[in-house]
Formats: sequence, C-alpha cells, structure tokens
Amino acid sequence: MRIRDFHQSYAHDEAIWQTPTSRLWLAALFIALLLFPFTANGYIVGLACVLGIHVIGAAGLNIMTGYTGLISLGHAAFMGVGCYTAAWLGQRGLPFYLTIPLGGLVAALLGLVVGIPSLRIKGLYLAVATLAMQFILVFVFREWESVTGGVRGVNVPNAELFGIELNNDFRMYYVIAFFAVLLLVGARNLFRTRIGRAFIAIRDKDISAEVLGINLFRYKLLAFAIGSFYAGVAGALLGYFYRAMTPEYFTLTLSIFYLAAVIVGGLGTMLGTILGAVFMTLVPELLRAVVSFIAQWAPRAVEVLSPMQEIVFGLLIVGFLVFEPHGLVEIWRRVRRFFHLWPFRA
Amino acid sequence: MTDILQVDNLSLSFGGIRALNDVSFTASKGEITAIIGPNGAGKTSLFNSISGFYKPDSGRVVFEGADISRVAAHRRAEIGLARTFQNVALFRGMTVLDNIKLGGHGRLKSNALSAMWYLGSARREEMQLRSEIERDVIDFLEIDHIRNQPISGLAYGLQKRVELARALAMQPKILMLDEPVAGMNREETEDMARFILDIQEERGITVLLIEHDMGMVMDISSKVVVLNFGEVIGSGTPHDVRANPEVIRAYLGGGHDKVVPTLTEEAAT
Repeated sequence: MRIRDFHQSYAHDEAIWQTPTSRLWLAALFIALLLFPFTANGYIVGLACVLGIHVIGAAGLNIMTGYTGLISLGHAAFMGVGCYTAAWLGQRGLPFYLTIPLGGLVAALLGLVVGIPSLRIKGLYLAVATLAMQFILVFVFREWESVTGGVRGVNVPNAELFGIELNNDFRMYYVIAFFAVLLLVGARNLFRTRIGRAFIAIRDKDISAEVLGINLFRYKLLAFAIGSFYAGVAGALLGYFYRAMTPEYFTLTLSIFYLAAVIVGGLGTMLGTILGAVFMTLVPELLRAVVSFIAQWAPRAVEVLSPMQEIVFGLLIVGFLVFEPHGLVEIWRRVRRFFHLWPFRA
Repeated sequence: MTDILQVDNLSLSFGGIRALNDVSFTASKGEITAIIGPNGAGKTSLFNSISGFYKPDSGRVVFEGADISRVAAHRRAEIGLARTFQNVALFRGMTVLDNIKLGGHGRLKSNALSAMWYLGSARREEMQLRSEIERDVIDFLEIDHIRNQPISGLAYGLQKRVELARALAMQPKILMLDEPVAGMNREETEDMARFILDIQEERGITVLLIEHDMGMVMDISSKVVVLNFGEVIGSGTPHDVRANPEVIRAYLGGGHDKVVPTLTEEAAT
C-alpha cells in the first residue's frame, strides 16, 4: 500500500526515496548492513565481502553497458589494473584509503584509452575491441613481473586504519560495504543529472543525442572512465580481501560473469545490478549447499550432483532470461506494484 | 527583417547521387519558412546539412552572420539550432520528463563528481531546469498529464509533441521541424499548427519546416522554398509558390497542361 505520496515540490518529485515508508525501509536496510557481521558466521561474512565487491564491479559495467550501451568484455582486466595498482602502492607504504581510489583512477585512465575506438565502432565490434584489451592486459599482468609478480602473483599488504589491522573478513566487510554504498549512491545520483541522461540518450539514439548538444565522444569516454573506475576500486578491494592475487583471477571468465550479472539483474538499473550480483554470487553457493545437504544421506549422489550444479546454474540463467528478459528487477517491480495497490486492488 | 540563416550554394552527393545541387535560400528571423518538395527531393538532406550531420561537398551555412559549415553537430545545437526528426527520435528508455530535460543539456554545467553526490550546484541546477521546463514547455504544450510516462507507451501524435517539447527545452534560436504532422489526423494537425504558430509569435523563434501537408504549409508559413531533385525550383510567399508553373509541374508531373491552368486559377482565388 503506497500512501503519503503527494508531491508538493519539484525537489520532492525528484527524490529517490519518496515516501516515509520507503525511507523507513532504507534505514532498516542500513542498520541491517551494519549489524549483519555480528549475526553471521565467518564463511557467510566472507561471502558478503565477495558479494559487495561484485556489486561494485557490476555497477561499473552497468554504467557502461546497461546505461550507455557500450558492451565491454574487458571488465575483469580493469579490475586487475586496480588490484595491481593498489598492491604496488600499498607495498610502498600508502594507506588503503588512498590506494583503493588510486587503483580506480589508474583503471579509469586506461579506460579512457580503451574507450577511444568507441566513437567509431559500436555494438559487437566494440565488444571485440574490448576483448582484445582483456587479453592484452592479462598478458601484461603475467609478464610484467617487477610489478605484478607474474604468474606467482603479488602480495597485498594488510589494510590498516588508526592502527587497527583490517586483516580479517569481519573488518574488511565494513571497508567493502562503505565503498559499495558510496559508489552505488553515486551511480544512482549520476542518473538524476545531465550526465546520466546523456549516457542513456547515447544508448537509445545517438543521432538525437548529438542534435541536443551532447558531445558523443566526450560522454562515451566519460562512461568508460567511470565504469573502469568502479572496476578498479572493486579490483583493489579484492586485493585487500584476498591479500594475494594472481593474473588467473582476472580472465575473460570474470568479464563474462559481470556481463551475465548485469543482464540477469537488469540492464540500465542500479537495483538490477545488485540483484544480478546477488544472483550470480549466491546461487552457486546455494546449489553447493543443497548438494552437501543431500550428501549427508546419500554420499554417493555427490558424484552425480556436483557437476549438476553448473548445469542447473546455467539453466537458471537461461530460464530467467527467457521468462523475464528485462531482468530480475522487473520481477521485483511487478511484486512492488502489486503491494502498492494492495489491499485496494489485488 | 534580417536573415538569421543563410544557405549558400550547398551541394551534397552520396557516391554518384546528387542529393543537393547548388541550393541557396535564406530564412528571416522570427518567421516560419517552409521547405516543400516531392519525396526524395532532398529536404531532409538539407536539414541534415544545416544541423551538421552531413558535410556538404561545397557551399556554406551561415547562422547569425557566422559561417558554421565546419562546426560540429553538437556545437551547432549549443549555439541555437534545434530540430526534430521525420521518424520520431525520442529516447525510448526514458520518461517524457527526462527526454525533455535532455533539451536543457547544453545549459547545465555540473561535472561528474558533483553529479554523483548530487551536491549543491548540481542539485540547484537540476531543480532550476525542472521548473523552467514545467513552466515554458510542459504547460505550454499541454503534456503535463504524461510527464512521468515512458515514451514507448505513448500515442504517435503525443510522441511528436514530446519531441517538439524536447527541442523547445533547448531554448533555440532556430527550430527545425521535419514533418511535424506526418501521420496525424486533422485535429492533431491543427493542434500542432497552433503550437508552431505560438512558438513563432510569442517567443519569436525562427521556424524551419519540412511538411507535406500543403494546407498547413500555406496557412502558417511566410515563405516557402520548393525543392525538386535537389534543386530549388521556386521560392517566395505561399501565394507566389502556388502559382509557380514549375512547382505545379514538379508536383503533378509534366504533360498535365490541362490541369495546370485550373490549379493556378484555383490558387489565385
């Protein structure tokens, strides 16, 4: 039931959280995020950390692909750039609250370079160009041993704040949650302003965007830079979370993982980003839990069920795409619409 | 009456096809100038050359006394050229309001950082844009009832109106309308004609109009330019153009000698 939704000013009409009810839920969510690590065991907190990182990474890709229409298959490589930058700077004594944004910044600069072809090539052609970047960067990660440690990988020093070592999942959780909330709010705000609108305009009809005075080249580059910044921050956080990293992590598979997350969640919505990242991160874990649960009674079934996990996960993705092409966010919206009218009309 | 826009000897070809051949005309400030001609005459190519999508082979476009032939399309928008498209070119993934807000893009200044935190300047600027648009565009074009609807669900006539709204939100000096009433019924056409007249009379915006609806063209424009096979075959007041034998031949084809005098007579009355 949606009530007290009467707008008396433009500012109110443009607010993200418009009703007292929705603001209440937001506050509840915030408190839940704060208290969550106290109620969960270590494994779950670790999972939440990974999820938070994936949300940031997926948000970056959604800004590029979902909102601006620039398909990227090189997102994982930009995460790698952020991770190695943070590791390198961290080894030289810089604190994590500087290395993480700087990791994002270096990734953003590289994103600017990779974005240059985007003025000329679109769609699948651009995807192939970013794919090339993915392979080139992973090659660099493997070969530039003095910085990246090559295939043996690199150690990331512990993050430290006010003399407290952030050396466990419980403490890292708050760092990751801080960045995730900050960057999601930032992304959501971006699409209330001229810049976000320009991105969507370029995606929907670039010719129209141009006659409205939007400099296509500048805004496409900006989308690449912002998207890559998010990837870089996610990569840097990943480094601090695992404390060691090898090039094997930032392969094409991870790029596809993010692409799948934004498509399953919903292209061009921030809520979809979160839902997609949750789906892609937690569903495999859930399936694993189910298998181990069954294994308690039928130990031999595991042989069959373990490979089944991947198949079921794949089928779930296909299923959601077939039945809800607009992503999980559309399911959420349907449910919400129902409750807006309930109980007056079911 | 001063000329706000002047097109000098514009020629444009695609491969071997000459889309525009030595086209020249002027548009007076604050007036409605119509460009008519049979299908494929080069009207939209002319619009595309003026708004900067096509680079003409020769000739120039002069706007307010300055040669803008080499100015990029998005810059031309900033200096005051707005246009709509023949087949509605709205952003389908956005609401009506956001589409219209995009018209104000060039006037806003906020950068990515202030936008992401919706800081003072970005917020103020957005709010000011909102109230400007509400007052000058949405109320004016009577589309307040659909402002929060997505484009995809709107009727065609309304979509055309939203596109006009978006162009108007740019606060342009010249408004270029490519077939604003194509596919509309009589009532919608009359509404649109009234809006175009209001825009010209109340706001003094120069209007450049491509249209096939001769009734409307003759009613509202002060000057008509006729194109055929990429060449200007006549221009002048609606009255002159209607009487021009060359124009009549272009519309009805050659060998209609019997029809021509009757049409001219009819036009003269």
